This record gives sequence, C-alpha cells and structure tokens, in this order.
Amino acid sequence: MIGQLIDGPLWYFSLAVFGVGMLYRLYSILRAGVKPDLATPRAGGGAGALRNLFSRFAPRRDVATRGRLTLIAGYLFHLGLFALLFFAQPHVDFLAERITGFGWPALPYWAFIISAELALVGLLLLWLHRLLHPVTRLLSSVDDHIGTGLVFLVMLSGCLALAQAFEPLRLLHLFLAELLLIYFPFSSLMHTFTFVFSRGYTGAMMGRKGVNA
Amino acid sequence: MSHDFAKGVAALESQIDSRIAAYFSSCVHCGLCAEACLFYTETQDPRYTPIYKLEPMRRLWKEQHTFWGKFAIKLGLSKPLSEQDFADWEELVYDSCTLCGRCSMVCPVGNDITYMIRKEREGFAAAGYTPPGLQEATHRALTIGSPMGVTLKTLQAALRHVERNTGLKIPMDRQGADYMALFSSMEVVNFPEYIESVARIFDAARLSWTISSQAFEATNSGIQIGSREAAREIVGRVVDAAESLGVKYVISPECGHAYTAIRWEGPNLIGRPYKFEIIHILELLDQLQQEGRLKLSGLTETPLTFHDPCQIVRRGGVIEPPRDLLGKVASGFVEMADHGEMNWCCGGGGGVSANERAEGLRLKVFDRKRKQLEALGVKTLVTACANCRIVLEEGIEDRDMDVAVIGLTELVAEHLATTPATASDGSGAES
Ligand code: SF4
Ligand code: SF4
Repeated sequence: MIGQLIDGPLWYFSLAVFGVGMLYRLYSILRAGVKPDLATPRAGGGAGALRNLFSRFAPRRDVATRGRLTLIAGYLFHLGLFALLFFAQPHVDFLAERITGFGWPALPYWAFIISAELALVGLLLLWLHRLLHPVTRLLSSVDDHIGTGLVFLVMLSGCLALAQAFEPLRLLHLFLAELLLIYFPFSSLMHTFTFVFSRGYTGAMMGRKGVNA
Repeated sequence: MSHDFAKGVAALESQIDSRIAAYFSSCVHCGLCAEACLFYTETQDPRYTPIYKLEPMRRLWKEQHTFWGKFAIKLGLSKPLSEQDFADWEELVYDSCTLCGRCSMVCPVGNDITYMIRKEREGFAAAGYTPPGLQEATHRALTIGSPMGVTLKTLQAALRHVERNTGLKIPMDRQGADYMALFSSMEVVNFPEYIESVARIFDAARLSWTISSQAFEATNSGIQIGSREAAREIVGRVVDAAESLGVKYVISPECGHAYTAIRWEGPNLIGRPYKFEIIHILELLDQLQQEGRLKLSGLTETPLTFHDPCQIVRRGGVIEPPRDLLGKVASGFVEMADHGEMNWCCGGGGGVSANERAEGLRLKVFDRKRKQLEALGVKTLVTACANCRIVLEEGIEDRDMDVAVIGLTELVAEHLATTPATASDGSGAES
C-alpha cells in the first residue's frame, strides 16, 4: 500500500511540485527585470555570457590554492552525482520507463560504485567544511543543512538499495528522492538551474566591458 | 545625518532586479568569495566575507521573493529586516569593501557580488546609514563641485603653475575642440604633475583639446556612497559641459572610480547614451602611440611593476594599454603574481579612502600589497590612479617600506621623444 503510494501518486506529485516550483522560481527571477545598459559596449554581451557560463567551471589560480578543499570536494561531489544520477543502470531504466521513453548506455557496476563513493566523500567533506570553517559556518542557514542532509540520505539509501537489492530499500530511496524533489524549488538547491542566469548576467556585463570574467 | 528606515527599505527593494534575484538564488554559501577579498585574507574575520556584506539585502529578498521567506515571517519564525541591521552592517558595506570586484571573478556560480554591494549601498544611503567622511565628500561634490572642495579657482591656480613650468597655454572652454579633459581633485591637489604631463603629451601629439570651467571634476562620490540622485547630478554636469562645447571625446583621468562613473555608469544614470565618447587617458595615450602621434624615446631601466587600479582594469576593461605603454618606456617591467583582471586592490577604493574611520582597517589590509611587492622584490611601483597612489604611499610609509610610487602618465611624459613646441595652444593645429 505504502509502496504503491511511493511508486505511483507521490512520485507524480513530487515531480509536479518540482517542475512547477522550479519554473515559478525561474519566472520570478526573470520577472524582476534588468534595465538595458546604455553605456557603449566594448564587445558583445552574448559572447561574454557564453564564455563565463563555461569558464567558471574552472577556478582562478589564486582561489584554487586558497580554497583547495572546497574545490576538490565540490568537483568530487558534483561529478560523482552527475554520473550517478544519469548513468547508473537503475536510474537509466527508471528515467527511460517513466520520463524519456528511451534508454542510453549506463556505467558498469564498478564505475557506479566509484562514482558513488567519490560523490559521498565529496559531500561529506563539503558538509564538514560547512560545519567547521568559520566562514561557511557564518554563512550557512538551516536550508543549506536540510539540502545537504537530504541529498546525503538519498545517496546513501540508493547505494544500500543497489547493494542489497531489497525492495523496501528501493522504496525508501525513492521516497527520499521524492522528498528532495519537493524540497528542491524552495531551496538553494535551485543553483542547479539558476547558475546559468548568474554566470550569464555577470559574463554579459563583464563582456561588454571587455573583461573576461 | 537623519535616519529613515522605511525609505531605506524601499530603496533597497527597488534595487532587486533579475540579476540580484538570480545571484541570491544561486549562492550556495561555499565561502570561496572570502578567499578573494583582501579584507578577509588579511584579517581572517569571517564577517568580511563578500556575500555576508549583503545579508541585509538577502533578508529583504528572502522575505519578499521566496516562499519560505514569506512563510517564515508570517509564522514568526524569522525576523524581518530591521533598522538595527542597517546600523550593524554599515561598517561592512562601506568600510570593508572597496568595490574592487575581485570576489565577482571567483564565485563558482558566477555572482557579481560587487554589483550587489554597489546596489545595496543605495538602500543604506537612503536610510541614512553612511560613513560621515563619505557624506561630507558627497556634500562637497554637490555644492562645491569636488569631493575635496577643489574650486575653479584652485584648478586655475594649478593650471597657471603648469603653464609656467611648461611654457604651454592650457586651453579652457574651447568650443569645438576634439577632446575635453577631466581630472580628479586628488590630481589637482596632490599630483599636479599629472596635469603637466597631460599638457606636454597632448602638445607633442598635436591634440585638439580643452578643459571646461563648468565641469572638470571626474570623480563621483554619489556612486561611492550609493546615491543615484547625487551621482546623476554629478555626471550630468560633465555631460552638459561636453555637449555644449561640442567635443567628440571626453578624457577620463587616470582615477579608476572616475572612469567607472563616467564610462560605465554615467549613461545609465542620465538615462540615455552620450553624444560623445569616453576614452580613458591610458587608452588615448596607447592609441596616440600606436598611431605614431606620440613618439617615445629611451627606456627606464629600473626594475618596476604595475599596480592595476581595479576600476580601470578589472571593472573597466582597460587591461592592455598600461602594459603596452610600460613596454615602450621601461625595460625592467615585471608583473606581480596576481595582476591584470586578478590584481589585488590597494585597499582604498570605493570611497574607503574618503572614510576616515576606516583608516586603521585600510592600513591593515594593505598587507596584501606589501606581500605582493615583497615577493617580487621590486622597489618601483607604477600605477595609474591618484587615489591608489595616495593609498599605496600611505601604506608603504606605514609599513616602513622602501618603495617609490610613480604615475604612468608622468612616466610616459618623461619619455617624450621631442621637446614640446612652446607656441602650441591646444587647438591641434601645427604652430
Ligand atoms: S563564492 Fe559565490 S556561491 Fe560561494 S558564498 Fe560567495 S557568493 Fe555564495
Ligand atoms: S568588491 Fe573587493 S573589497 Fe568588496 S567584497 Fe568584493 S573582494 Fe572584497
């Protein structure tokens, strides 16, 4: 009964909250508007926006040294999570069945385990850093901890579910993922999408000035 | 100054555009921006983390633009922005930020934190929570025409001096000249040699130029304090003068904040593009040199380095011209490890040097520049901003360092190939 709820209605509900909430958040950002820049530009804003969208994936030299831990942990977590989310066999099957209607090649089992471990280590390091470093401690809000906590639980339950092939664990994993989807649009997890706007706006402005942001 | 909380909140609210909404939505509180800010690196005080300086604006955004924010306020789970927040953050917003833009270059999600702080200051200025030093500078800029109280008479006295030293006639209010030159008060008062250098170079290059008696001050305290109205009024004077003289170009002086004000913010303040172009003095010198109109000779052999004024380089986009020029006049030019668009600020931009109460902090964070200079071991520092120059000189003196600071335009003038023609009158015509 609970299993059916998690597998059926709750999944669609969480997906709807995620989709609508996310679109609403993006709409509310765009609604605020930006005034056109009347200063004569040195170069085009579009090229600057595009450049910055990609260049920020790599850190600047000086900050790469000073913020080494955050950067390494950040890469581990984000790359590991990306691999897991879109290339773990159960996810490929699930997404093909429920959303896309077609599948794609998945990671071999060992690669999946490595990605999961790297992502978990990265996330734990980021969380520890958040709790221990004076700067991140000052900046962090309840939202940051709920978001991190939920992602952690989803990943942990996912690993267990796969290792044990035990139906209740799969359901627990799906349930936690649904909670995460529902929480997502209300939280700073939204950076998954809004970073495109942030990098784009900054890149465009700096591009107009002739500076490679 | 009287306080008006409601006005401050309204002003802050009106600053929240798509950019700011995207930036707050994207911030993951990773803390990396702290590592780029000299106020944090030199003090290790987490309150100086760039994005933390935006806490009042973030709270307002949260309570007005997000579901949880509205919800939490309704349930009494979080406190709305209060007047005390303005009081508590004033020091962070003004004393510990030079608007240098370094944090904006490193944020992994791409937030332009500097833009946000500039906008946040609008709210603080409207609420009346601003440093007295900046209030006075803005008042003087509006009433006298210069943040340092430089009047036309003071300028004329400085110009007479220049005329005596150079034998040149400085062209005032010449209708139809190609270029109108602006200065910063700091140059008029502390570095008149800059004006002298400009006069000699323009004469050598046969430039048709003039100075307006109506608007010669390029700096804009309105921008530093965060008052759009004051900033518009100040920039409007330059626009009126330039358009009534019918010049094709207005030359921004070296001063970095002046350049940002007149080049990038000005048209947005007055709500229309200019009928003339703005060119930074270094861009102009580089251009004249490339066109062969400015002939330079000899090379300074002393090892020297260049301090990039943030607003000219990182926030202004004039990155190569100073390097091109240095290459033409110096053989021992070496770069600091972090230079160009990733330079470290002198510590006195964004109105910090006009804010007396921030002096202790400013001298403390000068340590960043000290370490850079010591790592390089060079004893001559060239820069291109009178404000940077004063701040660097004070830091060097405070730290008992043996480093000389010189202005780039003056260095270029020292290498002019020919002695200027004495009969030139700035009309651009051969004499
Ligand atoms: S670097 Fe960017 S994302 Fe990280 S705390 Fe600063 S503003 Fe937020
Ligand atoms: S603009 Fe410069 S001084 Fe201000 S917060 Fe950013 S890095 Fe620090």
